[in-house]
Amino acid sequence: MTNTQTPLIDMEDISIAFGGIRAVDGASIDLFPGEVVALLGHNGAGKSTLIKILSGAYKRDNGTIKVNGEEAAINNPRDAKAYGIETIYQTLALADNVDTAANLYLGRELMTPWGTLDDVAMEHSAREVMGRLNPRFQRFKDPVKALSGGQRQSVAIARAILFNARILIMDEPTAALGPQETAQVGELIKQLKSEGIGIFLISHDIHDVFHLADRVAVMKNGQVVGTAKVGDVNEDEVLGMIILGKCPPGAIPGPGAVN
Amino acid sequence: MSDPAISLDRARSSELGIVARFFKATELDTRLLGMIGALVIIWLAFQFLSGGQFLTPRNLWNLSVQTSSVAVMATGMVLIIVTRNIDLSVGSILGFVGMIMGVTQAEFLPRLIGFEHPATWIIALGVGVITGALIGGFQGFIIAFLGVPAFIVTLGGLLVWRGAAWWVTSGRTVAPMDSTFRLMGGGPEGSIGAFWSWVVGVVACVAIVGMIVNSRRQRKRFNFPRRPIWAEAFMAAVGCVLVLGAVAIANTYYWPIGIVRKYAEANNITIPDGGLFISHGIAIPVLIAVAAGLIMTFLSTRTRFGRYVFAMGGNPEAADLAGINTRWVTMKIFIIMGILCAIAGAISTARLNAATNAQGTLDELLTIAAAVIGGTSLAGGVGTIAGAMIGAVLMQSLSSGMVLLGLDTPLQNIVVGLVLVVAVWLDTIYRRRTA
Repeated sequence: MTNTQTPLIDMEDISIAFGGIRAVDGASIDLFPGEVVALLGHNGAGKSTLIKILSGAYKRDNGTIKVNGEEAAINNPRDAKAYGIETIYQTLALADNVDTAANLYLGRELMTPWGTLDDVAMEHSAREVMGRLNPRFQRFKDPVKALSGGQRQSVAIARAILFNARILIMDEPTAALGPQETAQVGELIKQLKSEGIGIFLISHDIHDVFHLADRVAVMKNGQVVGTAKVGDVNEDEVLGMIILGKCPPGAIPGPGAVN
Repeated sequence: MSDPAISLDRARSSELGIVARFFKATELDTRLLGMIGALVIIWLAFQFLSGGQFLTPRNLWNLSVQTSSVAVMATGMVLIIVTRNIDLSVGSILGFVGMIMGVTQAEFLPRLIGFEHPATWIIALGVGVITGALIGGFQGFIIAFLGVPAFIVTLGGLLVWRGAAWWVTSGRTVAPMDSTFRLMGGGPEGSIGAFWSWVVGVVACVAIVGMIVNSRRQRKRFNFPRRPIWAEAFMAAVGCVLVLGAVAIANTYYWPIGIVRKYAEANNITIPDGGLFISHGIAIPVLIAVAAGLIMTFLSTRTRFGRYVFAMGGNPEAADLAGINTRWVTMKIFIIMGILCAIAGAISTARLNAATNAQGTLDELLTIAAAVIGGTSLAGGVGTIAGAMIGAVLMQSLSSGMVLLGLDTPLQNIVVGLVLVVAVWLDTIYRRRTA
């Protein structure tokens, strides 16, 4: 990884406030093709908020977002998707009462030449993509509320990778999963990474992500404490960043670092 | 990858009992079947209690006409309730728009283009539909973009539009309606007769078979598991029998003797011995209601709009994050509701042959009750148009059956109220069992 490359995503000096509380305060973060960046921090550190700005769910007060070096106007989720930014939300954001195919294509339905929904074609690709992620999955006719936690998670992941994402945001992707499914997600992340997709991995648990990430970025109180290549710091040092906001020598300090 | 899917589905279905296998093969909606069962029980009970007066062609025909207006509005109410909204103003909108259509055809148009002009009915209806759409759009805008809860906006609308209906003519009743417009209300004139009823019936049967064949071909295209042939044939046969049976019943309800005599005199026909029998056939308001049901079913199941409506009902936040313009969809739903109110208003003013400022009073409650009895969940995300229409028939069956038995009005209200609560209670149990 050379930093002379143009970053896939470059968020600079992002701020957002909710009723006087600065949830994100001058945060900058970047992501290169084929790279996994783990965004770490306590609950309420501002990592989900920062990432929701990138995915278009929140509108930032300040700062710029560049995609492939060019400034991008991201004002709603549709804009973000147009830039190839796909998000797997912590809450999964599935419409519980409709089936898997309808969820995969929500907002981007396949249509017949007569302008009606092409349910059969959607079910077809749903079976294909789900077959890759979760070969034992068969319940294509049931509403997703009837599915197990792991199955719902695979639906959310399938939705994100179905549309040739270039940037994938995963917010606590393994929170609802058992060990075997967590390993599967790990495999998937490696595979997507080898395809050149950039991935933001958000977690409050460092052990979940440390072995998957190339770099870590730590947030505290809405500010970036620092970023570091995984090889330059150890887990204890990263824990120190998360808990105390103390930047170790191997990391590049950010505005939130404590001296 | 589809082959293992088929064998897996087969393997699963072989574990089931014969009844369960039947339901799985036909993919019948058991809840809808339960409702039809309840309807049949109510019909048989009234038939028994009234000494055979309920299940006569005449009563069933009247029942179908009386249901039309509420059934039309119930189709729209489903979408509103599915998105976790409510519309309490539909009865008042019906009254106001009915008044507007009445004044248009009885007072404005005769002065402009003459009395009984052939275009009167369509202009009046057009004015009504546009007014309904504007009212719905206005309320929808306040709900979707200004963020006022639908309950409050439409509660306000209930008062505003009822008052406005009075205001149009200072409370005076407007009559009579244009004779072509009146066809929308039913009656011997407003029915399509035996021949055309059979044509409609046959077309409907062809459409049923065509739809089944088409969906089978679609599933074949990608080699998906398909229903067994016998199940397809069974569904087609049931559909056709129901349609043709309904047509046959409508066709055995003949014109009253007085009207036949007048008609015979006007057309120089001598009435043969044993009487002249002219069939009513299907009433035009019923056709309008069925058409509204079909169009709304198409909208809600086959289009993007319908998909968004249900997704929003299931999880509004997810719909937003998926990039759906949820506000605009909400506003569209209320526009559609306004248009349906106008159509229902046309049916009921035409049927009454007058526009009154009290028209449609309490219809909002009947409409909501029909949708809810028909399986629309107030929690959002669940509901079918067909269910709501059957719900409307069920409500109307109860009240017309009780009228037939000579029950007092207060007692009728008590029964309808109890039935509503019991129906929703049973539905809650059903959902808990199947969830």
